Amino acid sequence: MSERIDPELRGSWTFAIRRYLARQLPLEHLLPERQPAFVRSWTYVFGAITLAALTWVVVSGAVCAFFGPQWWHVSPQGRFFNSLHFWSTQVFFVFMVLHLWAQFFGAGWRDGRALTWVTGVLLFVLSIGTAFTGYLSQENFDSQWIGVNAKDAMNSVGIGAFFNVLNFGQMYGLHVLLLPGALLLFVVVHILLVRMRGVVRPLSERSER
Amino acid sequence: MRGSRRSVDQAAYYAGVRMVPYDLVKELVLALAGTAILVLVLAAVLSSPDVPPVTIQSWAQADPTGFERTAVQELQGQSTSAQYGPPYNHATGSVQSFGFIQPQEWAGVHLPVDPARDFVLQPLQTASAGNPQLASALARYRAASPGQRSSWLDAYAHALDKATVRNGQVVVPPGSYGPMAEMLSNLLTIARSGALDGQLRSSTRFYQTDFTRPLLFLGDGDYFAGLAQEQHLLGSQWGVMNETGSYPGQTWLWLYTMWYQIPPYNASSSADLLVILSMGVLTVALALVPFIPGLRDIPRWIPVHRLIWRGSDR
Repeated sequence: MSERIDPELRGSWTFAIRRYLARQLPLEHLLPERQPAFVRSWTYVFGAITLAALTWVVVSGAVCAFFGPQWWHVSPQGRFFNSLHFWSTQVFFVFMVLHLWAQFFGAGWRDGRALTWVTGVLLFVLSIGTAFTGYLSQENFDSQWIGVNAKDAMNSVGIGAFFNVLNFGQMYGLHVLLLPGALLLFVVVHILLVRMRGVVRPLSERSER
Repeated sequence: MRGSRRSVDQAAYYAGVRMVPYDLVKELVLALAGTAILVLVLAAVLSSPDVPPVTIQSWAQADPTGFERTAVQELQGQSTSAQYGPPYNHATGSVQSFGFIQPQEWAGVHLPVDPARDFVLQPLQTASAGNPQLASALARYRAASPGQRSSWLDAYAHALDKATVRNGQVVVPPGSYGPMAEMLSNLLTIARSGALDGQLRSSTRFYQTDFTRPLLFLGDGDYFAGLAQEQHLLGSQWGVMNETGSYPGQTWLWLYTMWYQIPPYNASSSADLLVILSMGVLTVALALVPFIPGLRDIPRWIPVHRLIWRGSDR
């Protein structure tokens, strides 16, 4: 069924984008009230818990960033929020890895979902980079030791001068702004891709690769 | 991408599949609440790792002989930093390569560090203001020929093997050390006072957040690595994924860390480069699993999916 388009709107970028979004991501796909029965499996909860843990990573990190790097060492409140940041990161990774394995063994990339898988792997890599710069920003013995050792790895591939793990200012800036920004952007893309295409049908059914 | 247009038509894709009420928003809110309770309890009960950083001051106070030995190695040009190579200097001691792949050399020197000057001579020059004895010792050292300096440094390095520590100062047996004892005694004094920490951090700018120099100096000494060994953080102890104390570290780096424990990586002088290249290939392969025959078929061969969708086919 072809859609009738107002001739005056032909060539309108705004209209073209809105029409594309309306087609690709109608509200009933974005917030569906029904799901296939096979979604009632615990493995589908891993993604939601990963997202929830990431929320607390961001919230606790934002509080630490507001009060500044000294705060989490010298005040009990700062230390507590630092601990929240630390443990929410651990929970985030545990469930992200579970989500990754569940999607792998469910071959979640089938039936046109390859890009969803690729963005998921990209999120995993971005998360490792964000956590790595966080460990370097702790300002304690562990961050010193990680920096002194990691510099050899960075130098070996020729990026040590431009990604200087011994430069706290650079690592802190990457950790609180650039890497989380990229991470959150790809989280949005990943979730929108999931909602656009819906969850993949069980592997035991016949489907494309 | 095959099927992209078709799969957006979810009604057609799920034809024949029983659809049931499912509250995604409630699921997310419950997940938020559950994880909040979990991390609050973990944070309240277990706190978080925070072993204080090592300073040049704490090093000089805990291990004065080791501190002086490292300073001598900096002057001799025999420390790890002095012999490192790019991006710090033009040496070759820590340059890694794999065949024709030499990214460390290709990148060149962009963070110039002269350990003898930056870690020892410049701080002593600053401290010599108002200290004529130290100024005289420095002048004598600078006026000496390279051979003479080397002779003094070698003699002092050997003397440190028999050194004792009295009142925090290193005492060596009498010998032909030239100005070395005066210079190193003064360096130890300013290190013990904490002044050397400030000098190594200082730059031409008022504000600075770059700790490259003090961390390179710390890394040259044995004291720093000894503390790391106590905290099971050495590379041979799977240290990349460990954290101080009993806390979990970056456990998600287990695969990256594993390569350092096995041949040929653990015997290679270019282990870092080899591990990063290997992990780069594996990461790209993981991202491209949907397109790689064999890899994308693993889920069919290992039927874990029967656990995921147990009973859902009916």
